[in-house]
Amino acid sequence: MSKAAELAIADAGLKRGEIDGILCGYSTVSPHIMLATVFAEHFGIRPAYAHAVQVGGATGLAMTMLAHQLVEAGVVRHVLVVGGENRLTGQSRDASIVALAQVGHPDYEVPLGPTIPAYYGLVASRYMHEYGVTEEDLAEFAVLMRSHALTHPGAQFHEPVTVADVMASKSVASPLKLLDCCPVSDGGAAFIISREPTNAARVKIRGCAQAHTHQHVTAAPRLSELGAEISIAKAKHESRVAMSDVRYAAVYDSFTITLAMLLEDLGLAKRGEAAARVRAGYFGRNGEMPLNTHGGLLSYGHCGVGGAMAHLVETHLQMTGRAGNRQVRDASVALLHGDGGVLSSHVSMFLERVR
Amino acid sequence: MIKPADWTNGVEAILYQSCAHCGQPQYFRRGFCASCGATELAEKQASGTGTVYATSVVTRAATPETRAHVPYNIVLVDTAEGFRMMAHGANDLAIGDRVAARFTQFAGRLVPFFEKSSP
Repeated sequence: MSKAAELAIADAGLKRGEIDGILCGYSTVSPHIMLATVFAEHFGIRPAYAHAVQVGGATGLAMTMLAHQLVEAGVVRHVLVVGGENRLTGQSRDASIVALAQVGHPDYEVPLGPTIPAYYGLVASRYMHEYGVTEEDLAEFAVLMRSHALTHPGAQFHEPVTVADVMASKSVASPLKLLDCCPVSDGGAAFIISREPTNAARVKIRGCAQAHTHQHVTAAPRLSELGAEISIAKAKHESRVAMSDVRYAAVYDSFTITLAMLLEDLGLAKRGEAAARVRAGYFGRNGEMPLNTHGGLLSYGHCGVGGAMAHLVETHLQMTGRAGNRQVRDASVALLHGDGGVLSSHVSMFLERVR
Repeated sequence: MIKPADWTNGVEAILYQSCAHCGQPQYFRRGFCASCGATELAEKQASGTGTVYATSVVTRAATPETRAHVPYNIVLVDTAEGFRMMAHGANDLAIGDRVAARFTQFAGRLVPFFEKSSP
């Protein structure tokens, strides 16, 4: 976290003493009731505003939204948003799986032994049933994310995979197989949100919105009433951005089904047709809507809060023309979307490069 | 709050609450109706019948106790009484199947287990 924070502050052209606000993600490896001040003390800053935020996988974008509102309201000038954990090496893989399964209901779900892949497996089974999506369709998303990760030196996986590889991978919680699931990773990410530009990399938050429809999958509304559709509609309205303006997409991808559903909920593909768009190259680096060019959670890696923040880091690099061999032609307007829980909490956000 | 005499406490029953004010059934037990806020709730026993809404067969469990049971099928069932619940089910269940509940032991706990009901 310190390393990521240091890099973000340097990139913003600021000194650490200028940081007067800090928002940090929760940690499953090192839980604490005051994580933001623990980090501020460790890092050596005395902010005027500090606390942790916890909205599962939506935490990174929720913190960004709050930081944006804090600087807009004049509460602070420069907010450091930071998250990271050593989920892979800091605890056993089983411990990670058990800790995360606790998002389930303690009385009515957890005693049944579900895992996070099972919660999403339930959703996947229903989505496939209602919209005719197949396991081969879902596999396309794993292949796409892996192909993107191949070109990122920081990605966890650098071996290409095929649809056949995904289909042949071990079942975890049907219909999801090992390669349909993101890995457990180590890592961290940070960014600075300021009211005024601090350097030449001028990226503006055009608008953002949230929606929270439930916590537990048992209490989830029907597929057509999930939060992504609500939050994207609100974000579009607030930012006055149309989907046709969007040139780059960064969408939460904890599982292949998560990505498939969110792309369709957000309107980046028609219902049941996201996989066809993957096959047609639509979401590739040179496609019409480049998506998660760093490889996403599925192949860049998932270290918790920092994992989903990597989507925004990559988006920022793309928007400022610094993505190197991953650079897309035009990332002038970007759509970001985060999901926490079991499609429980949603944050949608539009970014725009300002000349 | 008094612990319900249902499977969550080792009793072979599926209980739910029914709001005396708005009639909404709710499965997760609370001291009030999450739909309208009323505090008069009737506790009722479900028939144990319903329709499969979703399924996921777990083959990778995370604890030694649950690993002993793989593969096990986690199902969401829309009950005849109008609430949705999570349970275990036979591995061959498909979405839309009409099912009935019995109870079984899982990792040292009593859990509801749904099977296809005879037509």
